[in-house]
Amino acid sequence: MRKKEKDFEETPIKYNCIKPATNVIFSAIFFLLAVLCVVPTIFIVILSFSSSKSIAQVGYSFIPVEWSLEAYEYLWNNFDMISRAFGVSIFVTISGVIIGLLLTTSMAYSLSRSNFKLKGFFTWVVFIPMVFGGGLVSTYNIYTSVLGLKDSIWVLILPMAVSSFHVVICKTFFKTTIPQSILESAEIDGASQFRIYFQMVLPISKPLLATIGLLLTFGYWNDWWLSLMYIDNKKLYSLQAVLMSVERNIEFLANNADGLSVSAAEYAMKMPKEPMRMAMAVVIVIPIACAYPFFQKYFVTGLTVGSVKE
Amino acid sequence: MKKQKKRNRGRWRKDDTQLTLLALPTAIWYLCFCYMPMFGIIMAFKNFRIIDSSKNFFYNLLASETVGFKNFKFLFSSGSGGLVIKLTLLYNLVFIVLGIVVPVTLSLIMSQLHSKKFAKTCQTLMFLPFFMSWVVVTYFVFAFLSPDKGLVNEMLKNFGRNPISWYREPKYWPGILIFLNTWKGMGYGMVVYLANITSIDGSLYEAAMIDGATKLQQAKYITLPMMKYVIIMMFILATGGIVRSDFGLFYQVTKASNSLYTVTETIDVFIFKMIKEQPNPNMGAAAAFLQSVIGCLLILTTNKIVKKIDNDSAII
Repeated sequence: MRKKEKDFEETPIKYNCIKPATNVIFSAIFFLLAVLCVVPTIFIVILSFSSSKSIAQVGYSFIPVEWSLEAYEYLWNNFDMISRAFGVSIFVTISGVIIGLLLTTSMAYSLSRSNFKLKGFFTWVVFIPMVFGGGLVSTYNIYTSVLGLKDSIWVLILPMAVSSFHVVICKTFFKTTIPQSILESAEIDGASQFRIYFQMVLPISKPLLATIGLLLTFGYWNDWWLSLMYIDNKKLYSLQAVLMSVERNIEFLANNADGLSVSAAEYAMKMPKEPMRMAMAVVIVIPIACAYPFFQKYFVTGLTVGSVKE
Repeated sequence: MKKQKKRNRGRWRKDDTQLTLLALPTAIWYLCFCYMPMFGIIMAFKNFRIIDSSKNFFYNLLASETVGFKNFKFLFSSGSGGLVIKLTLLYNLVFIVLGIVVPVTLSLIMSQLHSKKFAKTCQTLMFLPFFMSWVVVTYFVFAFLSPDKGLVNEMLKNFGRNPISWYREPKYWPGILIFLNTWKGMGYGMVVYLANITSIDGSLYEAAMIDGATKLQQAKYITLPMMKYVIIMMFILATGGIVRSDFGLFYQVTKASNSLYTVTETIDVFIFKMIKEQPNPNMGAAAAFLQSVIGCLLILTTNKIVKKIDNDSAII
């Protein structure tokens, strides 16, 4: 305890360990589990680099007969479409995270102040949706006809911006990690609540912002449900939506390719269908797979702080 | 508590105005995206028609004819109601049990590994599926189970067995779906529980060891009781989801295959089909109404029971 903070890295106490033999067995189990979690990703990467000929010959295999870049070349030739989808995904993710963080933390900060008069009321406002929802049918109707969100970019951003669960995590974090005395002294010095929130609370809670921001980032990046329900306009397709369409109809890309000198049917004939599907999936998975290990520590701190009950 | 109440009475201050303004945008968001749909729930008791297309949804809803419980009658007489409820509940029971037992067991074991570096690496790798959307998982599954090119069928051929057309055989899917759900949620659960385990005071274990406690006893009498709160919290949250079903898992991963509907027709898939495929929004609304109400009652009941047993663990 004295030498450094107690955390996952702490050296185990040597005389209170499991036996070496048991350790070997347990390690083997975890090795297998880890492989089980990573193999599918590696598998589709391999498939995306196989040639269509090879897939026709030996099926989907870890050891293709022939390597090739044709799938990626094809995607590159479809650059307009893919880059637009990529742009939609990026825009939705970034604006969603910013809006989501502001909405979540401002509500959470108000709820964390114990002498706030409307605390009880807002607590209920946040809590009720946790246990009760309108259901899919009425939600669909409200979004499309009352809020007019059908085929608008906002329908991909707003519905996911706030989650009551995140608000509760933030509230708990503010309550447990920010000493009330600091805030009270700031109030006595005449700082307004906005100033306290923007200049004190937010800078102190960087790990929390990172955690919630990450949860939101992955949520937005992986979201296909909102596209499926509310987006018919192909220009607003995110990467996941394109992937969904390709899964249903491989000719989707051929039909939506711009500026073709050949007919769509001819174009579809030449398409390396199987590897290309996999290449699409790789385009989505790789950014996530590369990014998440670096952010994992924020997850751990955020999740633990948030799950402590007052 | 009493002091708090006293301090809360008194005049409305400038701070209260500012805090209200801070909370207001989020409150408006809640009004639009959570509370308005809740009013739409009366659709379950209406025969919804577009009466006047120039007016909005609420006008048409209120102007539609009220039919009482007719939609619910249709729902249960349509024959699929029973199957939908059975599937949703059975899958969710298995998911809840496995979703707690598997990560807890694995985190207990992982916290004991000698090499912390190895443990951490494994944990990171096991977290990967959590970040994959079901659409991507669909591709993974297809790579293994594709009837003419899938890895599994190629292997079966090599062993001289007949290949299986996976997307037409319902009997294999409950197992596959349960496996996938556990596989995807494992990493997340482990992060939560492991963080909890590592925050337990090490001196407790030392004391137990000096008293001659074995590893198993230490886990049983120290670790598990210390994890109790988090486990119960995760459990209460999970019970609320018992009437929901993961649409991505049941609809996307199975490629919406019609021959599998006897094992994949869970409530969200059913409602989705009611909206998009065979438009019958009123029946869908009735199903959604039942889903919301039962889910709400379940969370509150679980919470009440937990409160009776152990007041500190309740979330409300």
